[in-house]
Amino acid sequence: MAKGKIRAKIKRSQLYTFACGRKSTQEAVPFVEGAGCSRTVHCNQPHMHRKRPLKYRSNYISTTKYNFLSFLPKSLYEQFHRVANLYFLAAAVLSLTPLSPFSAVSMIAPLAFVVGLSMAKEGLEDWRRFMQDMNVNSRKVKFHKEGGVFEFKQWQQIEVGDVVRVEKDEFFPADLLLLSSSYEDGICYVETMNLDGETNLKVKRAMDVTLSLEEDEDFKNFTGLIKCEDPNPSLYTFVGNLDYDRQTYSLEPAQVLLRDSKLRNTGFVYGVVIFTGFDTKVMQNSTKSPSKRSRIEKKMDYIIYVLFSLLLVISLISSLGFALKTKFHMPNWWYMRPDDTEQFYNPKEPFISGLSHLVTALILYGYLIPISLYVSIEVVKVLQATFINQDLQMYDDDTGIPAQARTSNLNEELGQVDTILSDKTGTLTCNQMDFLKCSIAGTAYGVRASEVERAAAQQMANDLEQDGRQSSVSSKRSKQDIELETVVTSKDGKDNKPPIKFFSFEDDRMTEGNWRKEPNVDMIILFCRILAVCHTAIPELNEETGTYAYEAESPDEGAFLVAAREFGFEFFKRTQTSVFVRERYIGSGQTTEREYKILNLLEFTSKRKRMTVIVRDEEGQIILMCKGADSIIFDRLAKKGKTYLEDTTKHLNIYGEAGLRTLALAYRKLEESEYSAWNNEFQKAKTSIGADRDTNLEKVAEMMEKELTLVGATAVEDKLQKGVPQCIDKLAQAGLKLWVLTGDKMETAINIGFACSLLREGMKQICITTLDSESKEAIKENILTQVNNGSQMIKLEKDPYAAFALIIDGKTLAYALEEDMKFLFLGLAVDCASVICCRVSPKQKALVTRLVKEGTGKVTLGIGDGANDVGMIQEADIGVGISGVEGMQAVMASDFSVSQFRFLERLLVVHGHWCYKRIAQMVCYFFYKNIAFGLTLFYFEAFTGFSGQSVYDDWYMILFNVVLTSLPVISLGVFEQDVSSDVCLEFPTLYQQGPRNLFFDWYRILGWMGNGLYSSLVIFFLNIVIFYDQAYRAEGQTTDMSILGTIMFTCIICALNFQVSLIMTHYTWMQHVLIWFSIVAWFIFLFIYGMLPPKISHSAYQILTEALASAPVYWITTLLVTIACTLPYLAHMSLQRCFNPMDHHVIQEIKYLKKDVSDQVMWRREKTKAREKTKIGFTARVDALIRSLRGKLNKKTHSIESNKSYPPS
Amino acid sequence: MTDTDRGTQRDRDSAFYLFTQQNLPACKPVLTPEWVFMTFLFIGFIFIPVGLVTLRASHSVVEIVERYDIGCVPEPFRINKVSYIQDDSIPKNCSLSFKVPKYMKAPIYIYYQLDNYYQNHRRYVKSRSDKQLLHGQNQHGISSCQPVEVNNDRPIIPCGLIAWSLFNDTFTFIRNRAELKVNRKNIAWKSDREHKFGKNVYPFNFQNGTLIGGGKLNPRIPLSDQEDLIVWMRTSALPSFRKLYGRIEKDLDVDDVVVVHLMNNYNTYSFGGKKKLVLSTTSWLGGKNDFLGLAYVFIGSSSVTIAVVFTLLHLLSQRH
Repeated sequence: MAKGKIRAKIKRSQLYTFACGRKSTQEAVPFVEGAGCSRTVHCNQPHMHRKRPLKYRSNYISTTKYNFLSFLPKSLYEQFHRVANLYFLAAAVLSLTPLSPFSAVSMIAPLAFVVGLSMAKEGLEDWRRFMQDMNVNSRKVKFHKEGGVFEFKQWQQIEVGDVVRVEKDEFFPADLLLLSSSYEDGICYVETMNLDGETNLKVKRAMDVTLSLEEDEDFKNFTGLIKCEDPNPSLYTFVGNLDYDRQTYSLEPAQVLLRDSKLRNTGFVYGVVIFTGFDTKVMQNSTKSPSKRSRIEKKMDYIIYVLFSLLLVISLISSLGFALKTKFHMPNWWYMRPDDTEQFYNPKEPFISGLSHLVTALILYGYLIPISLYVSIEVVKVLQATFINQDLQMYDDDTGIPAQARTSNLNEELGQVDTILSDKTGTLTCNQMDFLKCSIAGTAYGVRASEVERAAAQQMANDLEQDGRQSSVSSKRSKQDIELETVVTSKDGKDNKPPIKFFSFEDDRMTEGNWRKEPNVDMIILFCRILAVCHTAIPELNEETGTYAYEAESPDEGAFLVAAREFGFEFFKRTQTSVFVRERYIGSGQTTEREYKILNLLEFTSKRKRMTVIVRDEEGQIILMCKGADSIIFDRLAKKGKTYLEDTTKHLNIYGEAGLRTLALAYRKLEESEYSAWNNEFQKAKTSIGADRDTNLEKVAEMMEKELTLVGATAVEDKLQKGVPQCIDKLAQAGLKLWVLTGDKMETAINIGFACSLLREGMKQICITTLDSESKEAIKENILTQVNNGSQMIKLEKDPYAAFALIIDGKTLAYALEEDMKFLFLGLAVDCASVICCRVSPKQKALVTRLVKEGTGKVTLGIGDGANDVGMIQEADIGVGISGVEGMQAVMASDFSVSQFRFLERLLVVHGHWCYKRIAQMVCYFFYKNIAFGLTLFYFEAFTGFSGQSVYDDWYMILFNVVLTSLPVISLGVFEQDVSSDVCLEFPTLYQQGPRNLFFDWYRILGWMGNGLYSSLVIFFLNIVIFYDQAYRAEGQTTDMSILGTIMFTCIICALNFQVSLIMTHYTWMQHVLIWFSIVAWFIFLFIYGMLPPKISHSAYQILTEALASAPVYWITTLLVTIACTLPYLAHMSLQRCFNPMDHHVIQEIKYLKKDVSDQVMWRREKTKAREKTKIGFTARVDALIRSLRGKLNKKTHSIESNKSYPPS
Repeated sequence: MTDTDRGTQRDRDSAFYLFTQQNLPACKPVLTPEWVFMTFLFIGFIFIPVGLVTLRASHSVVEIVERYDIGCVPEPFRINKVSYIQDDSIPKNCSLSFKVPKYMKAPIYIYYQLDNYYQNHRRYVKSRSDKQLLHGQNQHGISSCQPVEVNNDRPIIPCGLIAWSLFNDTFTFIRNRAELKVNRKNIAWKSDREHKFGKNVYPFNFQNGTLIGGGKLNPRIPLSDQEDLIVWMRTSALPSFRKLYGRIEKDLDVDDVVVVHLMNNYNTYSFGGKKKLVLSTTSWLGGKNDFLGLAYVFIGSSSVTIAVVFTLLHLLSQRH
């Protein structure tokens, strides 16, 4: 048990009416056998399971892709799956034959380097997964060794049949059959967040027969035989029976504890292992997370295909040329001994020589395909991911968790997101309820403003300030952009009371017992008693502080109990039959302990939407206390009980607008006879057997829950996470759409929508709902009409500022997502400024995501924290998990994890934007450089009779991609910033460059390819014309092939690296070093290579020192070619910047000229312009308000003017 | 401020911190209109003078090109030049004469120029053995010399197509009835002579085979001194090329008449290649090369044009 906490041991099953109803043991045991039910488990006899046929899978889990042996073949296979790599492999193999124009090493070395690097990365990632698995596998749990002794053992060693003891707050190591728990009646609470994402606790309950196994010693002689279903992924079913004590009992899902769920509110449980490792339900459920590829990468494939076609075309041209040359000219070339040729050059068989030349040409022109593209991109992405991981502004100080790029291949996709699909609980909100306001007997209490109210007030203040400022020119420092910093409204800060968790209520009339002076004291007492009594929580005394903490099933309930305590009604003890409350301010001011005998408890279900207790107080009065959704309660009020209905409704509306969760409280005094008559019926229903037991029970409960008297209402705040509204505002300004998909009910979702400014007053809400009763066709018809009406409404709307919100619930969504309707629905949803889907199941979340992804063709981002979001996260183009909460399922399935929603802004607007541009520019440049280089080889061919001779030394070619041009590209991909991160955040509209794909559209790609073509022509023909026959030195020497090749290669290196330096706009010393180093490296290489003995350097021997460096033409030509290559690009960029600038050009220029400091007005104007037109978010709210104010002003002036023009006579 | 605060402050200024936060001080050049104007003007101001200097150097070079492949075939054989050149019995001597158009300052370089000759053909380029050239016959690795590798089971030195097809026209120059001395030393790269062609390798069985390609070599002179061969072995990059033949180390005056006696041995007739004799002086630039200067002037002036047009456009359409 947790330290310092004491808890009463009670039988909690008594509390529940609807859940975990006990089945009669007399019921016939279903015959469990046959197909799908073959598993046999010998309880407490794991040794039986060590040999076949009862040997089951071990509890060791592994999520790695490879193992020690399979790594090499499997990862090699993965690598050569890529068509480019396969091509290079084929080329490398062929390079061993005489067909190859290059030496074998020049083909194999780069390939080995590239593939080796990729494999190393794979290996590293898999190693991390392995370590994670090891971490889980080596967790420890107590198991029954023998003779009633329990010892610790690692999870991976747990065997089927083992009896384990799991302590509070521990995870279950495998699927267990619950035998007994620390509660007498074998109940335990389980948190299944990792399985289904639901945060409320589930009750599991052991069978009566095993309840006696209460202590370690009891297992000395325990045996039993379980026959049950085979492993399957269904989380909510379980079929099986247990042979124990020569009796057979049937088992239910309620007795099965699933792996990865957690024991809560229960000291310990004993259980028998049924399924281990991959047989467990959760592992059976786990889907391999789909490998995602970014759009840029997909498009890159097309470019590669384009280049392959180009390669094929020029190879065909050159083999045709070769065949013709060989046939018609070769016989005349006596110096080539055409009479004595092998097949490749045989003039008599031009077809064969042409065909074999095709192979040669395909290898020769391989430089068109950038071999190092993939590996460079991978290196770049890993480094980008490191920057994301390192970003301190996405580091959560409270939890100490940084943002994490879990896969690095989607970095640039972050810059192209169009629609964000967000979970609500845990993502937008903290899932922590704060009691904030209440309405008792028609009087509203609680003065503290909710976050929404505060934000609204802040804006109003800002607006006023702004209006004032606009008139007064004197004030220079204006804050036109709305500052959304939450105002600290801790009243003057004079009361230094430490904030109480779950309780933000502030009202002097109520606290400190002051409520005794209020007019409706009786009602207040009643209100507080309902709060203190009508719940299912358990108090836990913290011995260190002497206060009670409450373990409640829902966070609302916890907030109520804390509120009741603060009002002076402290719930401190629960026994089997009673609830004890310490009442502080009643009577003489002495604290009195009062006991409320619980007669019946009708707990909250999502269907009933209310909870009722019937208690007998110390005076013997029987009172029914009920709390529930306001609509439900209001329907059940007695005529006399509606005294406060009007006021309460008013308050509830206000609370709703303030973004609060509301519940109504009511009571009913019962006569003894009335109660006992009902109770008889209720007990009858309770003990009845059969399928309709629950329905019966509900019906009987309904009979009592009527004729209520309204007491008041509560309002708790579902606290938004820090910075959420601001973040949403910025994201909206960046032009992103946000859909909220929540499992919550519609009202809550709408409240949160308001709180996040996804909804605002004046927004037209299109609610699409259905009624239960209708037939399927009728429902569909109904939805169709609603959708059509909605679309019609939007179409007919004339006001350009009108905003629509679509709200749809899960049941309706199920129909709307059907094949015939989904695109209609999507069309409507896309037209709406915000979309909120409530009560959606995890499956539906994934379906909606898929619909948006496939229907709009845009990039979607799914963000969520719980296991119920896993589907959405996996389905979306990018999945983001919120880390820091307990469940790691969402994070494990995600591509990126952040610890708070607000970091999404920086992740997208800064890192996404950067990464997108970096990768896009980098890939474009890559193609440019390889075309520029590769085509020179082709041109040269035309001058060699298409014979396949390369003008460059093999070593130049090896180094070209790997060393001489790779580092600047990588620095472009890793360090380039068009604007700094602050500017990215200030000008969210810059983000739209990504979703609009301005940097990787075909126009741009083809532009770069055209530039590559131009460069290749310039490089080749300038060199040819300058050097073809004339002496190039004062000493009269003419060029030969190696000298011309070296000069040309020098030009290429200089021109390409100079080009990349022109693309960059952000130079730190790293870029300088990398670019200039690459150029210098070429000369250093050439020098060293030339110094090596001619055996190695061949024709490049002493080429720099002897032949080139001393020739001025060499340097002059290099300068000429470099400038000639880049001049058109430079001119194009200059013209574009000056006459048709893109957003970032303008900002760069402003920043460069320091205009942002000198010319505040202009800077502000640019900033305002830099917002996407959006209809959601705070800013949009303010804009709407300003518009309406202006509208009113206009009307006024109009009327004044009209009055003027027609003066009364 | 506490110590830890100060610590973090220091950390925040550290290069590593700035690096990880992608906040390193950076130079962010922006192509503002002023910069554009300056850049293009700068390019222009550099390129035009360089171009003019280069053009001047090129113009200072005097070059005489005489094609002789047709003129050296006697009229009766012009119908079938190939049979003429292949017929050993016909004497191949021939003479040309030309007038020097301009004063030519020594050294005057003599080149032979071949056209439509694929010295850069892959089959041709590969057909040599660097090892053998340096170390002689004891070495293996002559398989690359196909198809001219062995004769009577002994490796040919030097083997391979390149050597086999050695150019063998010879020229003698006469001015005013006195022979002009042609210096044929030091026409090959020093590194080639010293490190790639062996001092002890003698072409003792060169061109002894049944099929004789080009020129023969004096078997008593080691390869390192066979400069004609060394020059020839540097294969040209393009099918039209000049190779250095020798130097005349005397000035030639304007209107000097030079008579060339040449042996027209080399067969370019079968593939229709031209043969030219070139006499040229050099400048620091090398030979006559107007293109380089013109290209410089062109780029420079287009740069200036862009700068001017750009500025005009900019002034006409004021942004901001």
